[in-house]
Amino acid sequence: MEFPEDFLYTEEHEWVLVEDDIVTVGITDFAQDALGDIVFVELPEVGYQVEAGKTFGVVESVKAVSDIYSPVTGEVLEVNDELPDTPELVNTSPYEGAWMLKIKLDDPAELDLLMDADAYQSFVEEEE
Amino acid sequence: MNRIGTSGLQLNEKLIFEHSDSGRCGYSLPKLDVPAVSLPEQMIRTEVAGFPEVSEIDVVRHYTRLSTWNYGVDSGFYPLGSCTMKYNPKVNEAAARIAGLADCHPYTPGHLSQGALELMFHLQTALAEISGFAAVTLQPAAGAHGELAGMLMVRAWHEAKGSRRSKVLIPDTAHGTNPATAALCGYDVVPIESGGSGVLTAETVAQFMNDDVAALMVTNPNTLGLFESDIKKICEIVHAGGGLVYCDGANLNALMGIARPGDMGIDVMHFNLHKTFSTPHGGGGPGSGPVGVAKKLIPYLPKPVVVQNKTEYKLDFDRPESIGRLRSFYGNFGIMVRAWAYILSMGSDGLKFASQMAVLNANYIRARLAAVYHLPHQHRSLHEVVFSDANLPNDCHTLDLAKRLIDYGYHPPTIYFPLVVKGAIMIEPTETESKEILDEFCDAMLAIAKEAAENPDLLHAAPTLTRVGRLDETAAARQPCLSWLPEGL
Amino acid sequence: MRYIPHTEDDIRQMLTRIGVDTVDALFSEVPSDLRLNRDLDLPEALAETELLRNFKALAAVNATAQTHLSFLGGGAYNHFIPAVVDQLISRSEFYTAYTPYQPEISQGTLQAIFEYQTLICQLTGMEVSNASMYDGASATAEAVLMAVRSTRRKQILIADSLHPEYRETIATYCRHLQIDLVALSFAQNGQVDSDELSAHLGQQTAAVVVGYPNFFGVVEDLAKLSTLAHDHGALLVSAVAEPISLGLLKSPGELGADIVVGEGQSFGMPVSFGGPGVGFFAAKQKAVRSMPGRLIGATTDIHGKTGYVLTLATREQHIRREKATSNICSNQGMCALMAAIYLSLLGKKGIREVAEQNLAKAAYARAAITAIPGFCLPFSAPVFNEFVVETTKPLDSLFIRLERLNILGGIPLTRYYPGMENRFLVCVTEQHRREEIDVLVTALKGGGA
Repeated sequence: MEFPEDFLYTEEHEWVLVEDDIVTVGITDFAQDALGDIVFVELPEVGYQVEAGKTFGVVESVKAVSDIYSPVTGEVLEVNDELPDTPELVNTSPYEGAWMLKIKLDDPAELDLLMDADAYQSFVEEEE
Repeated sequence: MNRIGTSGLQLNEKLIFEHSDSGRCGYSLPKLDVPAVSLPEQMIRTEVAGFPEVSEIDVVRHYTRLSTWNYGVDSGFYPLGSCTMKYNPKVNEAAARIAGLADCHPYTPGHLSQGALELMFHLQTALAEISGFAAVTLQPAAGAHGELAGMLMVRAWHEAKGSRRSKVLIPDTAHGTNPATAALCGYDVVPIESGGSGVLTAETVAQFMNDDVAALMVTNPNTLGLFESDIKKICEIVHAGGGLVYCDGANLNALMGIARPGDMGIDVMHFNLHKTFSTPHGGGGPGSGPVGVAKKLIPYLPKPVVVQNKTEYKLDFDRPESIGRLRSFYGNFGIMVRAWAYILSMGSDGLKFASQMAVLNANYIRARLAAVYHLPHQHRSLHEVVFSDANLPNDCHTLDLAKRLIDYGYHPPTIYFPLVVKGAIMIEPTETESKEILDEFCDAMLAIAKEAAENPDLLHAAPTLTRVGRLDETAAARQPCLSWLPEGL
Repeated sequence: MRYIPHTEDDIRQMLTRIGVDTVDALFSEVPSDLRLNRDLDLPEALAETELLRNFKALAAVNATAQTHLSFLGGGAYNHFIPAVVDQLISRSEFYTAYTPYQPEISQGTLQAIFEYQTLICQLTGMEVSNASMYDGASATAEAVLMAVRSTRRKQILIADSLHPEYRETIATYCRHLQIDLVALSFAQNGQVDSDELSAHLGQQTAAVVVGYPNFFGVVEDLAKLSTLAHDHGALLVSAVAEPISLGLLKSPGELGADIVVGEGQSFGMPVSFGGPGVGFFAAKQKAVRSMPGRLIGATTDIHGKTGYVLTLATREQHIRREKATSNICSNQGMCALMAAIYLSLLGKKGIREVAEQNLAKAAYARAAITAIPGFCLPFSAPVFNEFVVETTKPLDSLFIRLERLNILGGIPLTRYYPGMENRFLVCVTEQHRREEIDVLVTALKGGGA
């Protein structure tokens, strides 16, 4: 299971990649593994306002639905258009091909509440 | 000789559309004996594109062949937990097909449909007696539909008192329909944990009960097959807090003639005629989900209500406080006919004996398998028993066990439900199975446990004797193909 | 008891294995103060012959299309049912199975319902159909909820001419969901008043719900209605209570409907005092994840062989619980199978011919009835196999007279439409011979007694 060093993580198993005031969001390797084969991804549209801790979409496997929570507050700048047609990317490439949203970050202080790779790895080990 | 599955001759069969050839037909109509007329051109379609053109024998062979790919109660043991797959008596089918019942139109004037109304009145009276409720409506078309009727009545009762409660308590062992129904009635769901024993305690309910709680939804016996022995106290707590208790009656087959939900303090409960009262499941329906209510909820029953007026039966539409109607007409009458035939065939003693033997059968299976399969809850089981796959070795899981059972010639139990048991295997034998059948089934279960230890590939590759192997459900969901399209479209 | 195989010896052996002495001991978890300490007060058990005698006696006092000349319709229709239908659905591999949870041993049900879904799509002109719902009324209510979900709007415009029981069902389903239901009256010709529709349509309108044909038998102008609805971002829901009409009429899909629902009882099911029938539900592909009810999809097995499974289950209650698209967890499997068999038998040519016969016989009856002094047709728009008759004669005594002649002349409309004291709804199908229609006409004239 991978936990890339340069990412931040949430307790709901989303990852965050920060580039200046723009953050990219997806779900972690652990999350995709727990869900199994992903068959559907629902994401908001560009311009949608996401809020930290609130859901912005869902991922579905054959027999489970999981909400995706936004790690930060801000406006959606870009959405991964490939995901609805190729949801399997979430399984094969959770940290690259299956990025979900790029969000214009409102408040950088929100990032302080997220975990680094080590902290997330221990969090996951405890959950298991 | 046991009766495990073998591979026999299996006949392939394409889709009915693929049999089509222009010019064939499978019907006959009398010659038109009035002048033909037409509608304005812009209102008329040229044809129903894609409709098949097949002869009668094509249709007969097609569906006969399809039927052979199915497994029903008449094929063999079908211990699908929570679904009460008991034998479907054939005389019930004959009764439902009697012309005066099958061909009576719902808008036939009351004085010309007394037979149908009388039958409904008798059935609702009998269900009220069996369950201990003050009144019963037969209108809902299925269990979930009955839940909706029941919870709408709960809400109507609160609103009539000016109460605006917003929450419904639902234990984590509940069927998914319970929270879905509560949401449809505008309620927020508060899940409550049943805890390690598998039985809800009065203390837990007391903790969650407050003046924003409209109702508690329980299933009794619950989905673990256990009797909620605190039920009376639980009802008292909810009532004292100003709420009502809804009971999912899916498991009534354990209690007929033994105990009555209405006597336990429950305010409203749905029945499943297709479970407890032997009407066929029909490959998914039609069912019928009557609802029994305590006296205080009678004004809110869906309308119309069948009433007896001296010697006449009639439909009463004048019910100003009714929640309204949930469907057209009066319910799945054809299913009511079958259920009434069952009750009349069984009588009081027969129904009680059915529940006793259903519970005996479940406990017998439990006794035969508990040494090998993990039993997460220790309370005495009623009509069904829930094991888990915790003892299965070599990466063998509940799904593999289920598929391997198919190769042995059985319909698998309900799997992965209730959700509180990881890898749940929920077995409900019903009373219509003999000791001999149960022994063969238990032998198969034990043999599979042995295979899991010695040759797990047999489980992972199963089923191998069926027409199709394990199907790719992921592909089905990623690229849904929900209807046939002609080549080239 | 012939349904329970246990011998006394079996019971003894089983109790021994369980480790209890009596059957009663198995119920030890049921507290004694909750036990029923008496016999249930039910009729005594009947043998098979007694049972059938009992049921035949009940049946004998009901009027049916065999005992009476019946012109009753209004959402339940007396059509010819080929013998094949009952023969095939009596295959107990079909009717004693349950929901196809285990697809490897349920391919018969699964493929049949996949075919049913296809037939419904073809008939309605839609892209996806679910595996069926309880009935036409509840399917219409579910369509309203779906429209609210997918448009995120809260107002529904419902034609007064939609089947009154469908309207009542919608109201029941919507009562606690803050959905605003607005009634649309009908114009002089029996169709939805499109001026009134235009006036009501707005930013909050999720859907317009109309019958096709409507309760008066009148064929609505769906093309016009869908254009109006779509201009305001609203959906058009078309509810078809008499789907035989779709053998002839343009499909609602072709005319712009977004959701097509209806009652499939006409397709091979007896009227059975109102149920069971089958609610059909069809929509556009893009809305599939918002649909209620089961769906069957095609896929392949591990060897590459085609097979069918329940799919897109994450919409449903057992997974999504309180966020499910509906609380429904079954379908009308056996009735959907009956519809599939019936429609396969009729096929492309038969569905057309049976629709044309219904149209022609109703037209013949209409012409003959309007020729009777004191009778007229209040609505001028085209109808299919039902129509409203208005009379200057008191309806009560007219119907009593018809009954004496063993005629069920139609459905008095006053119960549903106050103000229509002198109107009734007449249904004529392919089952009525010309002589029988003539009998009705003679009786209405006051003769025949």
